[in-house]
Amino acid sequence: MAVDASVLGEIEEDFDHAVVVFVGADGYPVGVATDYRVDIDRGVITLAPPSVAPPPDAEVNVIVSHIRPQETGYDERRYVQLWGRVRRTDRGLELAPERFHTWDEKKVPFFQYSELTVPQAHRYLRRLGRERGGEVRPKLSFGWLALRTTRAPFLTATIIPILLGVAAAAASGRWSLFLAGLTLLAGSFVHLGLNIANDVFDTTSGADAANTTPTQFSGGSRVVHYGLVRLRTIALLSASFYLAGIGIGLYLAARTDFWPLFWLGAAGVAISVFYTAPPLRLVHRGLGEIAVALGFGPIMLLGAYFVQAQRFSFEAVYLSVPVAILIALVLYVNEIPDRAGDAAAGKRTLPVRWSRDTVIGVYAWSVGLTYALIAVGAVAGILPRPTLIALATIPIAIKVTRALRRDYDDPYVLMFSGMGSNIKLHLFTGLLLLAGYLVAIGADRLLEDVPAILR
Amino acid sequence: MGSLPESAEDALRRALVCEFTVIRADGRPVTHPMIPLYDGEKIYLHSSILFSKKLAHVKANPKVSVAVTDLSATHGEPIRDRITVLGDAVVQEDDPHTTWQRILPLWIEKEPIVEPFYKQRVALPLFWERALIEITPRRVLVWEGGRTDRPPALYELAGVA
Repeated sequence: MAVDASVLGEIEEDFDHAVVVFVGADGYPVGVATDYRVDIDRGVITLAPPSVAPPPDAEVNVIVSHIRPQETGYDERRYVQLWGRVRRTDRGLELAPERFHTWDEKKVPFFQYSELTVPQAHRYLRRLGRERGGEVRPKLSFGWLALRTTRAPFLTATIIPILLGVAAAAASGRWSLFLAGLTLLAGSFVHLGLNIANDVFDTTSGADAANTTPTQFSGGSRVVHYGLVRLRTIALLSASFYLAGIGIGLYLAARTDFWPLFWLGAAGVAISVFYTAPPLRLVHRGLGEIAVALGFGPIMLLGAYFVQAQRFSFEAVYLSVPVAILIALVLYVNEIPDRAGDAAAGKRTLPVRWSRDTVIGVYAWSVGLTYALIAVGAVAGILPRPTLIALATIPIAIKVTRALRRDYDDPYVLMFSGMGSNIKLHLFTGLLLLAGYLVAIGADRLLEDVPAILR
Repeated sequence: MGSLPESAEDALRRALVCEFTVIRADGRPVTHPMIPLYDGEKIYLHSSILFSKKLAHVKANPKVSVAVTDLSATHGEPIRDRITVLGDAVVQEDDPHTTWQRILPLWIEKEPIVEPFYKQRVALPLFWERALIEITPRRVLVWEGGRTDRPPALYELAGVA
């Protein structure tokens, strides 16, 4: 790559010494530190001649680099490598660089740099495999690989609505631990099937390869992209989870009137499959949030409620709405760092379609609506009044909104400042709603005359 | 007491960064900033397979050099002398998942944050697939006080042709 003035300007400003490297007569490379001056107008770097200097007209590599030591390591890593021939002048050793390579972790964060070089890792493993006459693959322990492949920690998105559905049914006097356990298993299996199917289709569509800024919370498992697992293996795994979830779901349906639960479950499975699968590919059309809201809101919650109560209720429908909004917002925020890669792969998610201000504004209004629904529901007696305790998570919502405003364009900062908190917002609000139900159920069972605040 | 001059050992033990140079197939040198590790006999560098071009160069041409030039890049007092070590490198990559781990204690000593990162290797799995570069020093150049405008002290070690 030809060296432009901006690179020379950085070399002039950001480094304090250079190392000139050449190959000596004995074939060993020799690197020697030296001072330098940059002449941007002439496009040359003049090195103070060190005592051990390259021969005239030698091909050299000059490197300038910088780190800032920290107690636990170092930061501010940056370097520029230059190549060209040096010639002696009365000013010193003059290099008119022909090519350069540079990295500055402030411009390309280390995690992104590591994603950009994944093809290099694959080339290395292929070469090693050829040398050994067999395949060499990267490894992870079974436990880590299972966790990464299934993204099991995201099961909270399933556990919360199902527990709330069970709690709402229990509040009306219907409750079976056995059925609740089976419902959780069915929902979890379908969710795991969805997580893995998402990776199958993100791999085949090129979305994983195009996304160079995945985070702990976004960008999928990438196990196929990294070569940890074969595509066929996870496709089979996904199908197995779906089959297990569907099987349990059919059993649960058979224990009720069948068709209401059947259609609810079928809708849930269809939405989860076509979330990323062609021909619908809902997430590619900006419908991902609605799909997730429906699947992890009303479908999960009403399904769990119906298994217990064998009927639907307005209360359960109402309760599912704030949960649906919050889980949709988890996806919504997680799509923010993925938006460049998603756009490249044709995934027209809402953060791809909308401006920064619109994305943040919709987030703020949505969390506001969530809390309004909880407050109105509790005050109006649609939900048990103790569910008002869920408003205690408002500070988390404020924190996430501020993080979005501040760190919208910095995925790795947003990962720590906003994305994790946004997942907690769904989890803690759901758990507090559940706690509200448990308090109301307990009061109803234990107290003769239940005060209004506990009903 | 190790196999290198005392000032070179001091630099290698304390430096957080060195300039590691390999030679490409076309004969041109390529230099990478890396963290040097030293066990009293050999110099060790290690590379993730994500940044593995240098490994192919080493395997094709084992003649390399390691220079410590940033005197202030330490956790304590500045390094006294600038050094350049010329040596022969071998890439150890029997198992990219585990072979390199024998130098992990030396790495953590210089970069303690590596320990919690390593425990979370699931977060960046390809980064932790690595190869070890073991360098046998052949010649050492020491520039006292970091003054490279003055001739270096030259130490020839066994095995230089």
